Amino acid sequence: MNAGATLRAMPTLLRVGFAETIAYRAEFVIWMLTTTMPLVMLGLWTSVAAEAPFQSFTQADFVAYYLAMLIVRNLTSSWVVWQINEEIRQGTLSMRLLRPIHPFAGYAATHLSAVPLRALIAVPVAVILLVSSARGVLVDSVGDAALLVASLPGAWILTFFVLVMIGTCAFWVERSMGLFDVYLGVFSVLSGYLVPLALMPRWIQVVAEHAPFRYMLSVPVEILIGRLHGAEAATQVAIQWAWAAAAVLGAHALWRAGIRRYEAFGA
Amino acid sequence: MIVVDELRKHFQVHRRPPGLAAAVRSLLRRRYETVKAVDGVSFQIERGERVGFLGPNGAGKTTTLKVLSGLLHPSSGKVTVNGHVPQRREPAFLRGITLVMGQKQQLMWDLPPAETFALNRAIFDVPRARFDATLRELDELLGIGPLATKPTRQLSLGERMKCELTAALLHQPATLFLDEPTIGLDVAMQLSMREFIRAYNQRHEATVLLTSHYMDDVVALCPRVIVIDGGRIIHDGDLKALVKATHPDKLVSFRPTAPVDGDDLARLGRVVRHDAARVVVEVPEDRLREVISHLLATLSVADLGVEDPPLEDVMRKLFKHGAAAPAPDGPAAP
Repeated sequence: MNAGATLRAMPTLLRVGFAETIAYRAEFVIWMLTTTMPLVMLGLWTSVAAEAPFQSFTQADFVAYYLAMLIVRNLTSSWVVWQINEEIRQGTLSMRLLRPIHPFAGYAATHLSAVPLRALIAVPVAVILLVSSARGVLVDSVGDAALLVASLPGAWILTFFVLVMIGTCAFWVERSMGLFDVYLGVFSVLSGYLVPLALMPRWIQVVAEHAPFRYMLSVPVEILIGRLHGAEAATQVAIQWAWAAAAVLGAHALWRAGIRRYEAFGA
Repeated sequence: MIVVDELRKHFQVHRRPPGLAAAVRSLLRRRYETVKAVDGVSFQIERGERVGFLGPNGAGKTTTLKVLSGLLHPSSGKVTVNGHVPQRREPAFLRGITLVMGQKQQLMWDLPPAETFALNRAIFDVPRARFDATLRELDELLGIGPLATKPTRQLSLGERMKCELTAALLHQPATLFLDEPTIGLDVAMQLSMREFIRAYNQRHEATVLLTSHYMDDVVALCPRVIVIDGGRIIHDGDLKALVKATHPDKLVSFRPTAPVDGDDLARLGRVVRHDAARVVVEVPEDRLREVISHLLATLSVADLGVEDPPLEDVMRKLFKHGAAAPAPDGPAAP
């Protein structure tokens, strides 16, 4: 399908995706609960920093960091690995392959349309808390705010296509969910999801700088809470978009190779 | 038009005997085996033809349909459907075909079928006016009515199948691949499905390639059958010719108006049924005239009729011989 036709179909894809998200009410509540890890870490670190700052982080810094993390995580994560893995294993991918639209466009629409609802409760609450408790440290220049806005779709695209690549591995391995577990471990450390990268040993910081994970979460978070400014922030966002482009290309290449092996089991 | 030339599709299958030791061994070293699902199949189907695809389970029917609809990449051989190479899955190709699988669904489970229809309209880029007209036509043929607005999970199997067909045909494809479209449906629904498929074929000059375990579907719909067994074609041609070549006997049946002696019947042919209401005797075709004359001359009969054996019997006989037996019409010409 050409880009024009895909764009014309997009409003309907998004609308139907939204209707599907609403239909799966229980799943959506569970999802909201699973993205609350930053709140757990928030409780932990604020008690560590209760008496005195921990390295460069005061108690207020931890609050700002994890609230920002909660917001970015809610806006950028998805369950596309699980979806692709199941569709390949059970053969339901066949139905998607019969439609004249790239499967990635279909997956993207489903997951984008779920963002508003999934972020419905967590994000407004976190934004209110963040603004009320940490106004002093938040992004304050128009330039940095623009970079923040640019970094959010960058983070979404990068995260989404890395997850698509993991899901696509189900063409080769019987369950790509095992790979996803490994990924989640590395991601949690190198993206700053569990602990701010600034508090990590130097060597982990170096590794993180050369891996895509920090661009999925830490970079938007750092811009939002004013720890990344101006030229440095611009460079980081540029690197993030380069990673995002690489992920898109990588996912396409992997998909093209994998689809040749598709066996359409049971379907 | 569909052209299939020496199509092969081989799969690597992982084999493992049951038991813990075997499970551990398979972790270290896996044994793979090549399964030749389709092994050198060739045929051509012209636009507007209705062709039945027959064969026992695992014969390669569904694999062939999946290759034709672009889901599977062939291991070797050439396939074109309406001038396209299916596995490239070009939009123009996908807009021209549909694959309906009786055991799989495209309808979204928790939403009413109308949402899937709307989604397909957008994805297949069907103009609104044409979409509305097609939906009206399909509604007229299938009687969907209020079903479209009930959540899919609350529909009965038959109702769901009607909506599946509607979703699959909204873009008015010229080529229909139907894999067991009537599976699990009651007799009345099977009948209306058949009528629908025939009507669609006639209205749109659509090509239909159908697999079904219900021989009645094939008899009712398909003047031509392709029989596949062990991944190879063992018959391609007229359904009547297949029946004649495989099972040349005819069934002579009548209602006896006076008691009939069993030994007398046995002299005529193989007695299939013998009771007060009906007598059925299987008779070689070349003796048919003689047997009927004899019956009329010596017995008191009513409702005399001559029928072909049921297609199930023909198939049973055909597959018992397997691919090794000479095919009735020889294999299909490439």
